[in-house]
Amino acid sequence: MHLTLKIWRQKEPGDTGAFETYSHPGAHPDMSFLEMLDVLNERLILEGKEPVAFDSDCREGICGTCSLVINGVPHGGQKGTTACQLHLRKFKDGDTITIEPWRARPFPVTKDLCVDRTAFDRIVQSGGFVSVSTGGAPDANCLPVPKEDADLAMDAAQCIGCGACVAACKNASAMLFVSAKISHLGLLPQGKVERDRRVLNMVKTMDAEGFGACTVTGSCEAVCPKEIPLTFIARMNRDYGLALIKGRS
Amino acid sequence: MKLDSKIPSGPLAQKWERHKFEMKLVNPANKRRFDVLVVGSGLAGASAAATLAELGYQVACFCFQDSPRRAHSIAAQGGINAAKNYRNDGDSVHRLFYDTIKGGDFRAREANVYRLAQVSVQIIDQCVAQGVPFAREYGGLLDTRSFGGSQLQRTFYARGQTGQQLLLGAYQALSRQIGLGTVKMFPRTEMLELVLVDGAAKGIVVRDLVNGEVRSYAGDAVVLATGGYGNVFYLSTNAVGCNVTATFRAYKKGAAFANPSFTQIHPTCIPVSGDHQSKLTLMSESLRNDGRVWVPRNKTESSKPASSVADADRDYFLERKYPSFGNLAPRDIASRAAKEVCDEGRGVGPGGLGVYLDFADAIRRLGENKIRERYGNLFDMYERITGENAYRQPMRIYPAVHYTMGGLWVDYHLMSNIPGLFVVGEANFSDHGANRLGASALMQGLADGYFVLPYTLSHYFASNKPNRPATTHPEFKKAEEEARARLKRLLSSSGKRTPRSFHRELGQLIWNHCGMARSREGLTAALRRIPELREEFWKTVAVTGGVEGFNQTLEHAGRVADFMEFAELMCLDALTREESCGGHFRVEHQEEGECKRNDEQFAHVAAWEYAGPGQAPVRHAEPLVYEEIKMASRSYK
Repeated sequence: MHLTLKIWRQKEPGDTGAFETYSHPGAHPDMSFLEMLDVLNERLILEGKEPVAFDSDCREGICGTCSLVINGVPHGGQKGTTACQLHLRKFKDGDTITIEPWRARPFPVTKDLCVDRTAFDRIVQSGGFVSVSTGGAPDANCLPVPKEDADLAMDAAQCIGCGACVAACKNASAMLFVSAKISHLGLLPQGKVERDRRVLNMVKTMDAEGFGACTVTGSCEAVCPKEIPLTFIARMNRDYGLALIKGRS
Repeated sequence: MKLDSKIPSGPLAQKWERHKFEMKLVNPANKRRFDVLVVGSGLAGASAAATLAELGYQVACFCFQDSPRRAHSIAAQGGINAAKNYRNDGDSVHRLFYDTIKGGDFRAREANVYRLAQVSVQIIDQCVAQGVPFAREYGGLLDTRSFGGSQLQRTFYARGQTGQQLLLGAYQALSRQIGLGTVKMFPRTEMLELVLVDGAAKGIVVRDLVNGEVRSYAGDAVVLATGGYGNVFYLSTNAVGCNVTATFRAYKKGAAFANPSFTQIHPTCIPVSGDHQSKLTLMSESLRNDGRVWVPRNKTESSKPASSVADADRDYFLERKYPSFGNLAPRDIASRAAKEVCDEGRGVGPGGLGVYLDFADAIRRLGENKIRERYGNLFDMYERITGENAYRQPMRIYPAVHYTMGGLWVDYHLMSNIPGLFVVGEANFSDHGANRLGASALMQGLADGYFVLPYTLSHYFASNKPNRPATTHPEFKKAEEEARARLKRLLSSSGKRTPRSFHRELGQLIWNHCGMARSREGLTAALRRIPELREEFWKTVAVTGGVEGFNQTLEHAGRVADFMEFAELMCLDALTREESCGGHFRVEHQEEGECKRNDEQFAHVAAWEYAGPGQAPVRHAEPLVYEEIKMASRSYK
């Protein structure tokens, strides 16, 4: 396959950055999208040029490291798929493809296609956990969890924290990510105790980090590689409202 | 070098409990005077860092990923074992212990494995308390399933994403401590050197991967939780960033490297599709609960579509050869059986390197919906990678490098032979022997981090006063200079070949000669070739950019440089071990295609000591003494 790649190049966080165009003849339909970039980088290195910096690690769609906006869509638009699991058989010979980093103020560009997502970590650090210390936990079966609740919690828990939801949102809202975390823990009896405090603290941190408000356009849900539904945002809003009414913090 | 395993005395079942009482404690007010450096934030590293901080120690945790939540433990799919016996199917701590020792082909330390089985019960309790959404039965109790090498259902799971959920549990526990200020987290930071002061581990030298700065950190102890080195093969199921650098640097500072040739090959990976491939993807072992493995009886039929091979013409080779374990035969055995049928020319798919994993019977029996519920995400992943629908035609699978049982040598306290250097999880050599059973990697990572290290590290601190050198100490300066010099050297070569092309060639060499089957001839050839390749690497590797700033090519080149040296140690270990056991299969030592152990000469851990540049490393042996079980020939028939 012969592809033309328009790739965002940016030396460092403060740099202006610009698109550069690469003619890329060495592509094969069985390649993953990232393998195609590997091949391009091999060539650039041998030509003595700076290879394109991009993040990836597990390359099996679970670690959430990869963060490419492909033709304007985070992760490239194949439903329920991360960029690392997108394969070139989804493209046509002769295609021109634009590749950019996540665009959102709370995710500053580190270099080229890599962004800094530590804001997500700080949100989790402010309450995305169950306050249990090691040792002395009761027997795992002493507190039954209805299967429906466990399954729904798992639906939320499978969020990989990639940040595509933020990148797709016109307001750079992190509501889908935060609501997934809040729903996962809030649905389980182990996480219920801290439910009010958790939602208040996490939402506060989310706002402080500069993520915008949710206007329910659903663009986050559309690009989420784990297909986390908007209903979790509704759940979070309800939890937040109740916690505010109870006045706990 | 003296390898004192420090196994406590007394009956096996009481060793750990008694030892916990015998170990010294640190008073809570004194704990905050100790600094611990934890390198790695996977299951072992995150659980260790969180637990040590909960206890009151000052912890700094480092990872090369952009967030600790991305450590490769997150990719484990299938499950975690625990001897809960919730199913009343005959499980017990002793049986989990026995299955694990036998699974490892009697090359693991009895006392460690027993402790692992004991602690397994607590791990599930801990994870459930953290809110890990394990699969549940309708009544609300925990569900379990079976895994290879076991005839029980003792594996707890969270869909096909168990590693992810357990890691998130540990990451959340770690995040809680970071939020409280008891753990300082350093993401995008890679360890490049270990620093010893007066013979004890007192610090590390790291490179900040964003600005390129080389810096030192000092502590009262160093914990390495840096995972396995399977990426020496280039193609493996590991994340592309997994590497041997931290453990290999520690080896060069005097830490013994144990059983480096013990690699686990996983039988159910998606076959390689071309030269461009950057990694292999695992299909969870849990698929073998319902999938049947087969190839055509005659090689003339191997290029036909699966549906046109009549049932009578199919060879369900695992069920045929291992009737009592069938498709759930352990990984090493199932992998070799697959290689054997492919070597006979009966393999399917491009290049004949594949066998079928067929769900047609299960779909007929249970319906497609049930199969989708159990394994849907895996089927989706398979389709994304291969473009094939496994509900309609059988999956094609082939063995691939998955886990490394070798690692830095540690004693019962998980301390290496360097005082103050602790090694946990896949980075150490302990607990799995020559082969790892499914669903026990997660178990060991968490056991080490939550329930073993916090006790044994406290014991070390109780016997050693807080004594942290300043990072201006000459040893730190020396180590920083070494790290900087290596980075500069990588940037100064003539630039004809990329780090990746060297990595690929090294990997192919190791796969061919130190992979699923090893021979004296092949290993000798590899040992001849590796130094040549290494020389070529240092002369002609092309690395762009500079030491400063974000430079992924430099990162990769540094890791490949360490693989280049490590590969030699690995082949040397494989060549010296004149027997077959678990994942180590020497073609000279077999009986009807099965491993033939040599217990008289090799019932030991081989621990290699670095002897200096250009010198052959020295092999030490820690004898494995079995007090409570009899070493038996391993049979799954």
